[in-house]
Amino acid sequence: MEHKVIGKSVERWDAIAKVTGRANYTGDIPQKELLYGKICRAKIAHGKVKSMDISEALKVPGVVKILTPDDVPEISFPTAGHPYSLDSRYVDVADRRILTRNVRLYGDEIAAVIADSELAAEIAVSKIKVEYEEYEFYLSTEEALKEGAVEIHEGSKNIIADTINGTGDLEAGFKDADFIVEDVCATPIVQHCQMENQIAYAYKDVDNRWVCVSSTQIPHICRRILGQAFGMPWGKFRVIKPFIGGGFGNKQDITIEPLAVAMSMAVGGKAVMLDLHREEVFAWTRVRHAISYKIKMGFTKDGLITAADIDAISNNGAYASHGHSVVAKGGGITTALYKIPNFRYRSRTVYTNTAAAGAMRGYGTPQIIYALETFMNKVSMQTGIDQFELREKNFTKVNDENPLLHMTQHSMSLRECFEKGKEVFKWDEKRKFIDENKGGDYVKGLGIAAFAYTSGAYPKTMEIGGCRLILNQDGSIKMMVGATEIGQGSDAVFSQMVADTVGVPYEWIIADAVTDTDIAPFDTGAYASRQTFVSGMAVKKAALELKGKILEASYHFSKRTNKVTVDDMDIVDGNIIQKHDGQIIEGLGDLALNTYYNMHEGHCLTADVSNRCTKNAYPYGITMAEVEVDKKTGKVEVLSILNVHDSGRIINPILAEGQVEGGMAQGLGYGLAEELKYDAKTGKPLNNNLLDYKMPTSMDVPDLSVAFVEIDDPVGPYGNKSLGEPPLCSPAPALRNAIIDALGIYVKDIPVTPQKIIEALSENREV
Amino acid sequence: MYQINGYFEASTIKEAVDYLKENENSQIIAGGSDVLIKTRERKSGYVDKDLVGIMRITELHGISYDESGNILIGSTATFTEVEKNEIILKNISSLSTAVGSIGGPQIRNIGTIGGNVANGATSADSASSLFAMDAIILIEGPAGKREIPIKEFYLGPGKVALNRDELMTHIKIEKKNFEGYKGHYIKFSQRKAMDIATLGCSIMVKMDGNKIGDLKIAYGVAGPTPIRATEAELMAKGMEITTENLDKIGEKCLENASARDSWRASKAFRQQLIRELPKRAIKIALGGGE
Repeated sequence: MEHKVIGKSVERWDAIAKVTGRANYTGDIPQKELLYGKICRAKIAHGKVKSMDISEALKVPGVVKILTPDDVPEISFPTAGHPYSLDSRYVDVADRRILTRNVRLYGDEIAAVIADSELAAEIAVSKIKVEYEEYEFYLSTEEALKEGAVEIHEGSKNIIADTINGTGDLEAGFKDADFIVEDVCATPIVQHCQMENQIAYAYKDVDNRWVCVSSTQIPHICRRILGQAFGMPWGKFRVIKPFIGGGFGNKQDITIEPLAVAMSMAVGGKAVMLDLHREEVFAWTRVRHAISYKIKMGFTKDGLITAADIDAISNNGAYASHGHSVVAKGGGITTALYKIPNFRYRSRTVYTNTAAAGAMRGYGTPQIIYALETFMNKVSMQTGIDQFELREKNFTKVNDENPLLHMTQHSMSLRECFEKGKEVFKWDEKRKFIDENKGGDYVKGLGIAAFAYTSGAYPKTMEIGGCRLILNQDGSIKMMVGATEIGQGSDAVFSQMVADTVGVPYEWIIADAVTDTDIAPFDTGAYASRQTFVSGMAVKKAALELKGKILEASYHFSKRTNKVTVDDMDIVDGNIIQKHDGQIIEGLGDLALNTYYNMHEGHCLTADVSNRCTKNAYPYGITMAEVEVDKKTGKVEVLSILNVHDSGRIINPILAEGQVEGGMAQGLGYGLAEELKYDAKTGKPLNNNLLDYKMPTSMDVPDLSVAFVEIDDPVGPYGNKSLGEPPLCSPAPALRNAIIDALGIYVKDIPVTPQKIIEALSENREV
Repeated sequence: MYQINGYFEASTIKEAVDYLKENENSQIIAGGSDVLIKTRERKSGYVDKDLVGIMRITELHGISYDESGNILIGSTATFTEVEKNEIILKNISSLSTAVGSIGGPQIRNIGTIGGNVANGATSADSASSLFAMDAIILIEGPAGKREIPIKEFYLGPGKVALNRDELMTHIKIEKKNFEGYKGHYIKFSQRKAMDIATLGCSIMVKMDGNKIGDLKIAYGVAGPTPIRATEAELMAKGMEITTENLDKIGEKCLENASARDSWRASKAFRQQLIRELPKRAIKIALGGGE
């Protein structure tokens, strides 16, 4: 099918407003009267609040009210941004209170001050006196699982879930193997570092309902969780999402919204704003799960996998949040990437006293891909089987059914990605040069990694998208979606879909900056790389419906003068035409005027669609990396790095490239630099700020190369598969594999810092 | 948020000193890139203070030669000014490199070299270079003017020999300490910008024919204050620049260092950098390149 708008790098509708500062984010929206909230955080890592003295804090000028756990509902609620589950077996763990007496991590939220200025609130917080009963605390899963460990949540034994998944006969598979390889690895706690911190304000509206304006990826889910947290009908809440400065999954979770509403409730419905500092976002919103893996695989002498046994232990931190679903996802990802006839995937999710781990770009996939792709590197080095060949031999194929997800994939282009990658990256040239120029203090190396991902969360959760289209009086089209624009450009892409499908110029589509649960169609939000795929299906359905209605109406209004039938009509560039000769019947604007104002037959044309998606399509991709390592200081310079993606048809190439570049930069930080650390003596986070947490700057990131293998996926609404999360999945293992290639010694756990390299070199660790 | 009690903008050194003397709650603020961070973090000693602004005191501005040809750097010269200054670039370019490595452009436009030194941090990028140049700190207080070598100025982590009613006015680099010398500063940090040094190393070297006539090696983060590797310096005199000799010098530097284990870096890793960085700095300073 020929496309006029899809596949074009159109300018996103909000670009000018954003670069000129006219776009309003949550913190920009003025209120007549605004109070400020500040959280009082525990200064121990595990224990109980025995007593709290707020008398001095109340004396601080400007303080309006102080909330303690006594002042908020005694209701435990879940926070994960998952669709609600009607099946009680799959509901999210409800282990949160708005404020808590049970301290489960350093900085847990034990009280909150409301004041007429942020400073007054902060001063008051510093004057709250707390007495604690302290327990032993656990920063690692090993400690939390040891015999006799204190339960962080009563009755949990510190385990959220322990599951085994798989296929085939593991023992038989290992028996068939000519050789067996084993390895272990660990990944760190990292943080999203989205540009806009969590911020929300709440107030009582004119209709006496509670409005929460929040920087959230999931407005409709947020409304539901507010209902749950207060034990009130969900309709009593309205959530409004303005422009968002990024989320990466950190805002696919409910963090500050219930407290913002509770604070407003405590002051008679006045607006109260909660605006977290960067330090708070780092340590007390959500982080990525640190997961450690034990992998054992059997191979035939030709390198075919006969069996794989993976044991994954995930550090979920102090609260369940997204919980077990993150590490559990790794099983299905493994079988989406590699054909494994006999497979066992055990995963355990463990409570500890570190930051609650939730959703973060990739949702457990960067971890399992790191484990798998460094493992494949080891297999290649031990056996001498070429690393491309080893992988290609074992990749899944088109029409394979995933034995864990029970979904069949309809497109799979990893072999083409390697081929394109080798050409764009000049792999062979680089390989030759490096092999011919060995020695010295500065050594170069090359590395690769491949990944698989998913488009949306089906069949793990239900998937639903909504779109409402209105033909305006002049022929422009108002588009309303429940899917959430959080900076990624989804609104631009949906606008392209509508324009392309209806047959009008892109500029005729009017999108929304705001998602308002009172107005926007239902959609669960921005996560799981689902929107272009899942919400895109709803947008397409609505666009086709509106187009049908337009043609019907045009036929109706023009049938007295025209002989043409509806089947012979189309819309091209905003004109209704006769298909057989391309002649224009009328402009869409003229038709629209008739629909609005024809005295006898006028009726406005709209389409309002809710669409359930029961499909999935796996996107794939690879990273190739070239590094130079300084053997005397351990410093790694990334010389070049390339991502090649199989995400089906690319809807907007420039936005797609931007998304890939961002993910690659995040992957670079994940592989080489980033880790949230804790003080072993106190359990306090050590580097919850952008100085000590070594997220790369623009100067640390080399030019990023991006390429696509564009083969239409038959399931995607426009041949597209997901792209949001995939770019971050493979850079870290490719970089680590390149470092190994350069040094010929073994460094395993990320981030591969200069210190780890120097330590490995001084111990001369063998691969 | 910043809890600040008051702000006084001084326009002369005397005004500032008088105010500091009278008001026990006063605290000097220059560019604010250290003071305001501590105020925001509610660090003890930085909350509810009467700040004394010194950025408009013209006597503290500028970089010039004195009558003896020494270099005088005003304490409120910003990092950007020092980095780009002709006198600095011509005579002590390693100081330009050092201050050019601090933070990002915005920080370098407000942060001052006086603040960098008076803050007393071992990681201050300018400090190790100033140690290598045996800089002299000029101070003015109620009792008048005094001068103190930078080595004596640093008392411990965050502690300097500056009374609370005194103002650091200038940094002096004597002609004898830069004339004929070549220098270089290497900052080792995880990031290329917006970062604090894991280790900083600054050297000044004067050749005597093909032998080392004089060598000064200074470090940041190799101890609680910036330090000089005096043992290595002594040994290096008269040595030729060979790989073996440089290795010996690097190894010897450990004798003066007291690197320690911290969550930011291990002692062993810092020691490896202590060994390696002066060798590289010497080679670069002498045009050997890297």
